[in-house]
Amino acid sequence: MTTATTAIADGWVMTGRYLRHVVREPEQIVIYFSLPIMFVLVFGYVFGSGMAVGGDSYREFLLPGVFVMTQLYGLGATATAISLDIGRGVVDRFRSMPTARSALMVGRSTADLTRALLEMAVLVICGLLVGWQWHRGAGLALGAIGLILLLRLALTWVGIFLGSVVKNPDTVSLIVFPLAFPLTALSNVFVPPDQMPAWLGAVAAWNPISATVAAARELFGNPVTGGGSWAAEHALALAVAWPLLLLAVFAPLAVRRYRLLGR
Amino acid sequence: MTDIAIAAEGLRKTYRGVAALDGFRLSVAAGTVCGLLGPNGAGKTTAVRILATLLSFDDGHATVAGADVAGRPDLVRERIALTGQYSAVDGSLTGRQNLVLFGRLHHLGHRAARARADELLEQFDLTDAANRSATEYSGGMQRRLDLAASLIRAPQVLFLDEPTTGLDPRSRNQVWDTVRKLVADGTTVLLTTQYLDEADQLADRVCVVDTGRVVAEGTPDELKAAIGADRLEVVIREHDRLPDAVALLERIGPVEADPDTRRLRVAVTDRVAALVRAAQALRDAAITVDDLGVRRPTLDEAFLSLTGHRTEETR
Repeated sequence: MTTATTAIADGWVMTGRYLRHVVREPEQIVIYFSLPIMFVLVFGYVFGSGMAVGGDSYREFLLPGVFVMTQLYGLGATATAISLDIGRGVVDRFRSMPTARSALMVGRSTADLTRALLEMAVLVICGLLVGWQWHRGAGLALGAIGLILLLRLALTWVGIFLGSVVKNPDTVSLIVFPLAFPLTALSNVFVPPDQMPAWLGAVAAWNPISATVAAARELFGNPVTGGGSWAAEHALALAVAWPLLLLAVFAPLAVRRYRLLGR
Repeated sequence: MTDIAIAAEGLRKTYRGVAALDGFRLSVAAGTVCGLLGPNGAGKTTAVRILATLLSFDDGHATVAGADVAGRPDLVRERIALTGQYSAVDGSLTGRQNLVLFGRLHHLGHRAARARADELLEQFDLTDAANRSATEYSGGMQRRLDLAASLIRAPQVLFLDEPTTGLDPRSRNQVWDTVRKLVADGTTVLLTTQYLDEADQLADRVCVVDTGRVVAEGTPDELKAAIGADRLEVVIREHDRLPDAVALLERIGPVEADPDTRRLRVAVTDRVAALVRAAQALRDAAITVDDLGVRRPTLDEAFLSLTGHRTEETR
């Protein structure tokens, strides 16, 4: 087998390993889906009932943001799982075998993307239940979901890198909230950037989270506000470019960390 | 193909200024068992992890199964397997899932991996537990699963890092039997141990490791011989005959007596003659003997005399 096909095959085997972990511990599934359901119900219902954005329903505005926010918080699970796994004796065995050096991390990323797909389904169903809708047809709605999953793919690699740098799983879970919270607060998830002070609005507009949220709102046909800035007008392009950039930086860094485990 | 399966020259590894290996050298002939014997912290595990490509080294050169460890770790990994001191299986998976996983990561096809897993489960007496989580296995079963995982593809060189630490005697014997079978089939084994009888039982050659270096090397018998004479040991029944016994045995050689255990030790050169003389003399003097025999020094004693400290010592 060539190096590339070996890497794909080994990554696929590792994906199966992680998915089997979930099947063998079904209580994990409950934890998986409690966050998306909670986010939609709490933010969609509590905030969405009492606020409006530019005359439209705040819930319509908010839910694409909640979808993306859920993906961002998924980073914590990825990072914790990788840091736990790297501490396990079984990684020594993987490393002493002729297995692709990327396999463990590719497997983690693919398994988490599978999980994200299921989370997305739960999010959309919950969204529909609280009155959110897409308005421009199923095709564009799937496009929006595709962009959200692209961001999640990039975020799994950020999480994998984080988990391989901070080797203590307890520390990892402590780091994720302070990392994810400002990223969502300083974005267009809750408030349109043009309603923020100018400098804050600029930060929020250029936030990678905002790009995906704005693009998803556009494709879902949900209220898009905060137009005017270059970033907001090119949300679709940025929603592709940001994740690809994150991937290009963090995937090689993460695999490098794995290679250097024995240093 | 050379006859030397493992060769290391001048290996050096420093952790935060502390030398874990300091000019480590080793040569293991193919198809033999080499035992690395030494206390905790001597550098045994570091040496094994370096040779198994898990750890980089600062200086020196090593080849394993004909491949350069630093230059072609990928080739080394094709030819070796490692069973460490700690379980290296996935505790969240069943025994069978583990073996299929490792088979697939060894690039066996799905069907071949399953077939190999079933074979190994059978061979290691794990078929009944095949569908239970590895975390639910007893220590002995986990170690057997670990060994099975190392044998998915017959390795040319098998590294065993303290393979029987923490095992009950029955499990330990099972591991030993497995190792003997592998060696009979031509596998080279590098074994680290703190148990002297383990090295004695399994190893063709023993390398005594201390402070990151091999300080002595030889067959177990050579090592024992190197540290001095055999001992005649006598345990007598009646405490008050001890002075008489000492007097008699002093004619054979210098005597050490332990009044508490009523045990006397005499350093001897001619084993059989000493035994006969002692037995005769004690019977003529009507001293009742509970135990009488000639013993080689234990490897424990060998270690003490070679390194100046005991094997159990943790530094």
